[in-house]
Formats: sequence, structure tokens, C-alpha cells
Amino acid sequence: MKTYDIVIVGGGPAGLAAAVAAKEAGNDSILILERDHELGGILNQCIHNGFGLHTFKEELTGPEYAYRFIKQVLDLGIEYKLNTMVMDIAADKTVTAMNREDGMFQIPAKAVILAMGCRERPRGALNIPGYRPAGIFSAGTAQRLVNIEGYMPGREVVILGSGDIGLIMARRMTLEGAKVKVVAELLPYSGGLKRNIVQCLDDYGIPLKLSHTVVDIEGKEHVTAVTIAEVGPDRKPIPGTEERYTCDTLLLSCGLIPENELSRSAGVTMNPVTSGPIVNESLETNIPGVFACGNVLHVHDLVDYVSEEAKRAGQNAVKYIADGCKDEKGSDVIELFATEGARYTVPSTINKSRMDDLLTVRFRVGDVYKNSFVSVYFDDERVMHNEKRILAPGEMEQIILQKKKLDEYPNLKKITVKIEKE
Amino acid sequence: MSTYLWGTQFAFSRLIFLKEIIMTYDVIVIGAGVTGSAVARELSKYEADVCVLEKCEDVCEGTSKANSAIVHAGFDAAEGSLMAKLNVRGNEMMDDLCRDLDIPFKRNGSMVVCIHKEALDGLKDLYDRGVKNGVKDLKILNREEALEMEPNLSENVEGALWAPTGGIICPFELNIAMAENANMNGVDFRFNTEVEDIKKGEDGNWHLRTNNGEYVARYVVNAAGVYADKIHNMVSADKMHIIERRGDYCLLDKTVGGHVKHTIFPQPTKLGKGVLVSPTVHGNLIVGPTAVDIENKEGNNTTAAGIDDLIAKAGDHVRNLPIRNVITSFAGLRAHEEHHEFIIKEVDDAKNFIDCAGIESPGLTSSPAIGEMVGNMMKEMMDLKPKANWISIRKGVKKTEGLSIEERNELIKKNPAYGTIICRCESITEGEILDAIHRPLGARSLDGVKRRTRAGMGRCQAGFCSPRTMEILHRELGIPYEKITKSGGKSNIVLERTKGEVSGS
Repeated sequence: MKTYDIVIVGGGPAGLAAAVAAKEAGNDSILILERDHELGGILNQCIHNGFGLHTFKEELTGPEYAYRFIKQVLDLGIEYKLNTMVMDIAADKTVTAMNREDGMFQIPAKAVILAMGCRERPRGALNIPGYRPAGIFSAGTAQRLVNIEGYMPGREVVILGSGDIGLIMARRMTLEGAKVKVVAELLPYSGGLKRNIVQCLDDYGIPLKLSHTVVDIEGKEHVTAVTIAEVGPDRKPIPGTEERYTCDTLLLSCGLIPENELSRSAGVTMNPVTSGPIVNESLETNIPGVFACGNVLHVHDLVDYVSEEAKRAGQNAVKYIADGCKDEKGSDVIELFATEGARYTVPSTINKSRMDDLLTVRFRVGDVYKNSFVSVYFDDERVMHNEKRILAPGEMEQIILQKKKLDEYPNLKKITVKIEKE
Repeated sequence: MSTYLWGTQFAFSRLIFLKEIIMTYDVIVIGAGVTGSAVARELSKYEADVCVLEKCEDVCEGTSKANSAIVHAGFDAAEGSLMAKLNVRGNEMMDDLCRDLDIPFKRNGSMVVCIHKEALDGLKDLYDRGVKNGVKDLKILNREEALEMEPNLSENVEGALWAPTGGIICPFELNIAMAENANMNGVDFRFNTEVEDIKKGEDGNWHLRTNNGEYVARYVVNAAGVYADKIHNMVSADKMHIIERRGDYCLLDKTVGGHVKHTIFPQPTKLGKGVLVSPTVHGNLIVGPTAVDIENKEGNNTTAAGIDDLIAKAGDHVRNLPIRNVITSFAGLRAHEEHHEFIIKEVDDAKNFIDCAGIESPGLTSSPAIGEMVGNMMKEMMDLKPKANWISIRKGVKKTEGLSIEERNELIKKNPAYGTIICRCESITEGEILDAIHRPLGARSLDGVKRRTRAGMGRCQAGFCSPRTMEILHRELGIPYEKITKSGGKSNIVLERTKGEVSGS
């Protein structure tokens, strides 16, 4: 088997953007390994529009957005293998993969870019009581069945969870002639984008019931009814608030989980908040030369940010190889902390000597905050105080750090991001 | 003209004849769960026409698929009971059986953990009962010994009963393997065939009316699980009552499968062996069951109360139980008979009708011994002659997990389907799924594939692989997409084409 400098695990939006950036940064030895039968990842089943407003200043569908990057991969002659499953990534960056043509093979890579994306939280992980009949799908599985395979799972639908895929599927199923009776959300706020609530629910008169959950699933062979109930502040159902909906389909959109099984077995350290790797300013994990980007790192709201992040991972992988594959984490490390409303930051550490002039730090908040401030502290000094009319868990937030600003604080050890009322 | 008419008439009458065709066997076994399949396999050793009738679309659809997956040592059952005898015998048989039939099985050992000083005598009672039941190598451990063996036991552990012969098994594979082996040896299996009534005919045979025509047999074995009372009561005036005792379970992710190494039981109560925590033979962690008596033979729904109860109890004996890592929860129904004893005998007022009823825990463990016992009974009753060419060995679906690169490549060279992963979570290849479909009593549904290969059993719970498995079922068996089911009946996955579909192109 041919060897490659950079192996990119996953040919979705993150992997594609990382590959293009790495090639453009001057490395010609790149291989993308994709488990599906085409490049593009989950974007291929996201046939709605709204992608690419930031990157391309136009509204594209998922497949169109993906194709912008696929075309670049093809034009640049970047190598890729489809229907190929990465089975293992070793700590020494040997990638073991398998497909029907090549069999199982190993590639000793100089750098590995993790771009495996995420998966949906299944019914089982939610401990929803009731029967276990057919007709219960994660929203993404239903999206694949409808948009790729061309089959309708059912005609009368209840959706639990207001994640973006659930909202999109509420509209999609409606357009296909199904009746979406209700979207129930356990939390007092939606985990999806505001625009999706407006365009996918409100525009079609689909009720969104916040602080509600499914308390029973009926139907021995196929779903026949779902009962939802209001939950109290402890998120436990309140007796007496049950409402029963007859339906044949229950869709679940209750959170996404970065797919880091390979990362873990390689020895990559995880952030328990994001379920993604802990990375530094270069998006490099604790294993030198292993980078992460996209939804495997932390779940994004917009694919534009995935592409932007992945581009940096690709460039940094090339830089790492060009610099002689050295562990350059050094001692001059500034740690980032998220507190008081901010749940996490990506990255988690900054090595100032390797930092670009501008560094985007992304984070999410843990609750809905109105008329609040995103504050950044350098050690104990507040250096940033940006007013925000609304902050919501469904939307990713960012701050931009300037290297020259950091240079003004030569002994800086700790940067803290928090949400403040004033 | 008249010849033509004759021909038509003949064909017409033949059609009617076909519709009313009566299938005749020496023995009919009702139920293709672990008990029925074990009995069928034993009977397949003899020269006899045997048929298994199963109301579901596959084997292993009732209690056999939803239980603790434990091979019990045998110290629980009352001394001198049939349950005790068959448990210990079944446990002894398991090594050879699992070797012959290629069933995942591991003797990881069981511990009954005492967390109240005043209950330590109970451990001794259990030990004594176990010794009397013939359980080998039992030992009472003090607190330190128990914690040394199993560091994640509760802080409150006072002592434990150690049973090294306890084990863990794949319950699906045990059931499927015995059924497949019976089928290889000539036993017919009729699925989607529900027995609606049984009458003794004037010919002295049993006549079984089903939704799929009439079946006639000289002997009937009732292995109908929670329905064993219903079947029994069709032929006997001495009515039986099976109580469905529901148990909720949680299955945890493989990342926490090593939280305990042994099967950890609390001390038993009158409702059963209590909530256990155990690794599974596939490396997950299983927690359960609860015990709630219900009166609903199809009531295997989980309840919020049940799962809350389970989570509350599971932490009593194991510390820091990572219950957050649950990947699925499910419920099973134990076929509890009020005397809490296996009923395996010819029905007093129904000659040639053999009950295998009340097969609750330790039914899975006992199943090979139940098969053996019923096989021996029927050999005597029917004067059966051994089959000359009986095949004792069955190979399971060829598994790729744990194969070396060289072994994988050899396999992929022969069959490239072994190079395509369908189920990401469990690393199941297309080759394994094809094997599961194209074998005796092969899979025809998503659950059928799942139980035979584990595809869909992992942490994403079939989110990614179900559309691909559907594609394979469609391609291999010619089942239209709309007719592909989760587990037979009306459990269709999809309903119809989307509006936008252009047909015929």
C-alpha cells in the first residue's frame, strides 16, 4: 500500500475542507478515507437550502455545498477511497482501514486529521419507556430514508427533540404529505437554530411544546400512539399533563454525539463536555500530528464554521510535517476556561508561538441568556465585554483573539470566557 | 372440450385440496424459543418427523431474546426441585454444546453480594443449597476477598458467595444455533404459524388448527413460553396459569463493559434473583431485571417506574455504576408458574401431550438439559431409533471481529463482501450479514439480522446501518422495501414511496 503524509478520516464537509487546505498549503501526499459510497458526508441527505451563506454568500442545498468542495478535491487531484472503513488509528499514527477492493491495509501517516463527524443519540440512550416497535427513527435516519432511499417512514408523525435535523424533518415530512402533529422538547428552550423553528415549524403550523417529553410509546409491532407530558424543572414528567397522539412514526432529534471511538482507541484525550478531543490552537490533539475538526471535535450549528475550522486543521497538519513532525506544545501554554454560562471552548489551550495573528475561539452557552455580555478575562483582567441581545444553546458563539493583544500580556496563563449580566 | 373441462375441474379441486392440505408429523413442538429449539434438536437425533410451529417470524422472539443472558451456577433453585437438577445439568452441558454449536460462552463466575451484616447467614444458606444441588467449587468470600476480586463492589459489601461455574452466554446464538442444528438434521420450522386450537382426533392424533392450516401429530410438545398455559388449557381440564413477570433491563455501552468482571447478584428474594450487574459475552454491561407481575402476554413494554427502580437498585451492590452510558433498555417476560417450578411432563389427562411450562429463570441455562430430558422421555414413549447420520456440529455466522489483517484479507479475497463494514458500531461486515441471511432458518428482518450478527446492536442502535441492511435484505431476498420489517408482522420500516419518486426509470 502506498504511504501518505496526511490521512484524513472522513470525507464529509470537514474532511473535504481539510484536504483542500492541506493541498493548497503545499502537501501533495494526502488521502481521504470515506466510509460511504460517495464524498460529502451527511450533507448529501440535507437537501434543504440554507448552507453556505457565510462561505459562498449564497444559499445552497447540502449536496450543492458539498459539491463545491468535492469539485476542488477532484480538480486538485487529491486521492480518496470510498466505501472504506477506518478500523483503527494507532498512537503512532498508523491508520488501519478496509474495503472490498484493497482488503485491510495499513498506512503509516505523518499526520492524521480526524473528521468522522457525529451520530445521533438513539432512543435507547434516552430511556424512553414503552414498547420497542418499528416506526421509531432518529431524525437523520428518517432523513436518509426519505431523501436518499426515497421512502416514507409513515404518515402521522410525532417528533421528540427540537434539534436542527428534527426541525428540518418536520418540514420535510410535511412537504411529503405527512401530518406532523407535535414537536416535544424536554428543555425549556430549543436546541435548534431560531431560523429553523420559524421556517420549519411556525410556517407550517406545527406546535413546539417546550418542557415536554415522551412518556409512553404504544404499538407492539408498529408505533400506534405516543404520549407526551410536561416536565417540571427537574425534567421529570408532571402527572396529569399527559397528551396522547395517535401516530405511526416517532422521530428523535435529541442531540448529536461526536464519533470518537477511533480517537479514544488512539489515546486522544477527550473533553467530557463536547465529547470531542481536547485541542490546542492548531486543532491538534494531545497526540502530536493528530488533528481534529468538524463535528467530531464539537457539534457545530453551521457547516460554514466546519469548513473554516477544517481548513485550519489541514493547514496546520501541513505545517506540522514541514516543521519536521516535532512535538511543539512547549511550556508557554495559555489555558482557556469556560465558566458561568459558557460550557466549553475550542481550543482548550494556546501556544502563543504557534498562534496565528487572529484566533477564533468557539463555544456554546448552557442556557438562554437575554441582554447579556460575553466576557473574556486574561487572568483576572476583563479584556472583552461584548453585549449580546440573545445567547442560546442552539447557536455556536465565537470570540476572536488577537496575537498582538496576547503579546501585551507576557505572563498570561489563563483566558476565561464567561457570560455576564452586566 | 370435455377433456379440457375435466382438466380445469381437476386443477380446481387440487387447488382446494392444496388449500386444505394437512401436514402430518410424528412430533410437533409449539414454540421456537430456547426450550422448543432445544427439544427439537434432541428429537432431531432420532428417526422421527418433527416440526416446530412458531407464531412469530423467527426463532428467539419471546422470553429467549430478553433475559439476563446468564448461565446460572444452580445454587438458587430449591433443593430437590426439577429446576435445580436441570439448572446444574444445563450448566454442565454448556461447554460442549457451545463448542459444538459455535456459541459465544464464557465462565466469568458469579458473585452473590451481601451488603447487610445481618444477612450474612443468607449467604451460608445459599452456599449449603448450592452444595446440595451439586454446584461445584462454591466459596464464601469475606469483604476483603470479594473486593479484591471485584474492586467496584459497593463499599458496603460484607461478604459474597463465589460461584466460578456461573457464566455469560449469547442467548440469541444459543437459541438460533440449536434451531439451526435441528433444521440441518431435518426438523421443519413453520414461522408466522400460530396454534389456535388443539383437538384429539378420532385417529388418536393431535389436530392443531393454525392460521396456516391444520397440523396433525402423534405427539405434541408445548414449549410456548408465556403462552404455555393457553396451549395446555386447550387439551387439559386441569388448568394452568402462567403469570407474566416483567423484567426491565438496561444495556450499557462497551466502553463500560469492564466495570465488573463477574456477574454480580444481590441476595435473592421471593420475587427472584434481583437486579444483577454483569458483563455480557459481547463486552457490554447489562443491568436488570426488575420483577413486576402483570397479566399481559405481550406486555414487554418498559415503564418509567421500572427503569427508575432498576437504576435505583443497581447501585446498591456496585459502586459508580455508569448508568449514563445506557445504549438501550428493554423488557422481557418470565413465564412464571405459581409453584415456581418447571413443569416438564406428559399431561395427565392428555396422553402424548408433553408440557414444558413455567420455564422461567434459570430456563436459558437449563434449556439443553430440558431438551435432553424431553428427548429421553420421548425416545422411551415413542420407541425412537437414533438417526445414523445425525450432524452434531453447527458453525455460526463467520465472525470477523478480532481477525488478524492476514486472516481478514484471506476472507476478503474469497468474498469481497467481508471488506465492507455495514454496522460501524459493532464492525459487522456485509459478508456476515449475507451469511446470516443465506443459512438454515436465515434472517428475513432487521432484528433477524441483528440477532444473528449484532449489526444494529451497538451504540447507535441501527441508526446508520438499518437503511443499508434493508438494501441487502431487498437485494438478497427480493423483499420489496415496503415489506421489509423490523421483526415480522406489521413492523414495516417504511410505508411507501415518497411523492417525488419517478417510477420505472
